Amino acid sequence: MKNFNGRVLFLDRSDINTDEIIPAKYLTEISKEALAPHLLEDLELEGFTPGKDTEGISIIVTRENFGSGSSREHAPWALEMNGINMVVAVNFARIFRQNMFNGGMLAVELDPETIEELFQAFAGTECTGKTDFEKGTITFHTENGPAGSAVERTVSFDLYDFQRELIRAGGWVEYADSRY
Amino acid sequence: MGKTLTEKIFETHEIDKPDEKTRVLTLDAVFCHEITTPIAINDLISRGKDRVFDPEKIKAVIDHVTPAKDTKTAAQGKIMREWARRHNIRDFFDIGRNGVCHALFPEQGFVRPGYTIIMGDSHTCTHGAFGAFAAGVGTTDLEVGILKGVCAFRMPETMKIEVTGTLPEGVYAKDVILKIIGELGVNGATNKVIEFTGPIVDAMSMEARMTLSNMAVEAGATSGIIMPDETTVDYLWPYIKDDFENKETALAEYRRWISDEDAAYADELHIDVSSLEPLVTVGYKPDNIKTVREAEGTVVDQVYIGSCTNGRIEDLREAARVLAGRKIADSVRGILSPATPSVYSKALEEGIIKIFMDSGFVVTNPTCGACLGMSNGVLAPGEVAASTTNRNFNGRMGKGGMVHLMSPATAAATAVAGHITNAPAAGEQGATNEKF
Ligand code: SF4
Repeated sequence: MKNFNGRVLFLDRSDINTDEIIPAKYLTEISKEALAPHLLEDLELEGFTPGKDTEGISIIVTRENFGSGSSREHAPWALEMNGINMVVAVNFARIFRQNMFNGGMLAVELDPETIEELFQAFAGTECTGKTDFEKGTITFHTENGPAGSAVERTVSFDLYDFQRELIRAGGWVEYADSRY
Repeated sequence: MGKTLTEKIFETHEIDKPDEKTRVLTLDAVFCHEITTPIAINDLISRGKDRVFDPEKIKAVIDHVTPAKDTKTAAQGKIMREWARRHNIRDFFDIGRNGVCHALFPEQGFVRPGYTIIMGDSHTCTHGAFGAFAAGVGTTDLEVGILKGVCAFRMPETMKIEVTGTLPEGVYAKDVILKIIGELGVNGATNKVIEFTGPIVDAMSMEARMTLSNMAVEAGATSGIIMPDETTVDYLWPYIKDDFENKETALAEYRRWISDEDAAYADELHIDVSSLEPLVTVGYKPDNIKTVREAEGTVVDQVYIGSCTNGRIEDLREAARVLAGRKIADSVRGILSPATPSVYSKALEEGIIKIFMDSGFVVTNPTCGACLGMSNGVLAPGEVAASTTNRNFNGRMGKGGMVHLMSPATAAATAVAGHITNAPAAGEQGATNEKF
């Protein structure tokens, strides 16, 4: 199973598409590694610096419809190659979500109110997330919350059986290879 | 309750049901090309799983950019070549034998009724014309297909499209599918399989049926499927003649792969083509359709005839009928890419290549080429192409270029006029008309 713990990056926008996650000009690359430096290269978002802000990040929290646009699997790979195996959002584009699970990565959907609360409490702070996959919970923690003191919040998420199995196996390749 | 053809294929190939809606199917064939396969191969290597489930069921081709145009495409070809050699994949098609995947593989007899097929390419739906379930997939699915010969799918619903009436002269399968996409919209068949049926489809050649199935994905469909019949058996006969006593027994066997009379469909659409006119797309979406008359006069810089949609021998014949004895406009660059070597050599034998060349076309080797704007005819910003291909997305044939999709006959007439226009009626066509 991949790592779903570590520093959290908050991206305060809906509809971040696969072109913003990894521009089309990198589709001729023949290795996933080559995608790493170009993650979110074309994302224009106030306060966000591509390259720098994704460094050392393990989890992204964002708004609605993450991963829309082209079905390219290069988008989850670009995340993976930067050590980001988990995205939390209100919802995802269908193919992007499946591509995440196929790669053994977590695409967690939470209701808009919870996402809003997470943004209020943790965006802009040094936030970390800890995932208990079996229980289906993520605990967000920061030492420097908006009021200056430490804040902690645990949220629950649901997955389908098949999605759970793909995560446990580390993705569709491993799942299929051990099973069929 | 009866079953659709797709349901029958799913049932007979199911090996697992990981949740209510998901089915894992065994695959009869995995097709590969050099754009999407190398990254799958490299990933398998890095996982220590550089294996193939069955070298005979994997078919591979270098078709998108061939001969290689730069270092990156050369490297893609090299990875494919070495992988095919390493795993003894005998049906590997390289320069001299290669052609556009979705034209080449059917022509080689690799597609049979009832088959399950995947490829890392969205137009894999083309092979549904043979009564197969064929779908385009992402890289991880392709990887698992190569490794294990299985693929997971959401159980799709079937949408039945019945095509009736009489096809007017000068109106082709391309016009029929453009009409259907115009009716459905680009998402109209999302997550569904389109089953094409009705007397017009029954009367079509395999080539024309492939044109229909090829563009099913342009309406969002997972696949386009057509029930096998005598036409299918005739087409496949050279490849199956040792398996069956005669064509009748082959047909009886293949008729297992048809939808039951009382099968349940998610949707049904009836299209009467009796008053259909030649059509073109305008703009950057394939469902934005106009008649050629409405688009008449739109000036074009390039005319491209080829691709997995319309680069087969019938398509070349239709275009040649219009071009015979004529010259294309000085302002137009005409490019013909026969889809496969056998299409190319048949076109040579029939004098079609000469007609194209005399009219002012350049003839390239079989390749995807200009279709996806990677080589052999990329457009400059602001340029306009008339094309027999299947996609007109912004930038498809080159950044800032505009692509109008149409039939080969319309494309040929457009090349002669220098602007979008209808092909002349049969009687007014070129000098060697009778020949085809
Ligand atoms: S001819 Fe065009 S649409 Fe067909 S496989 Fe090649 S690139 Fe894709």
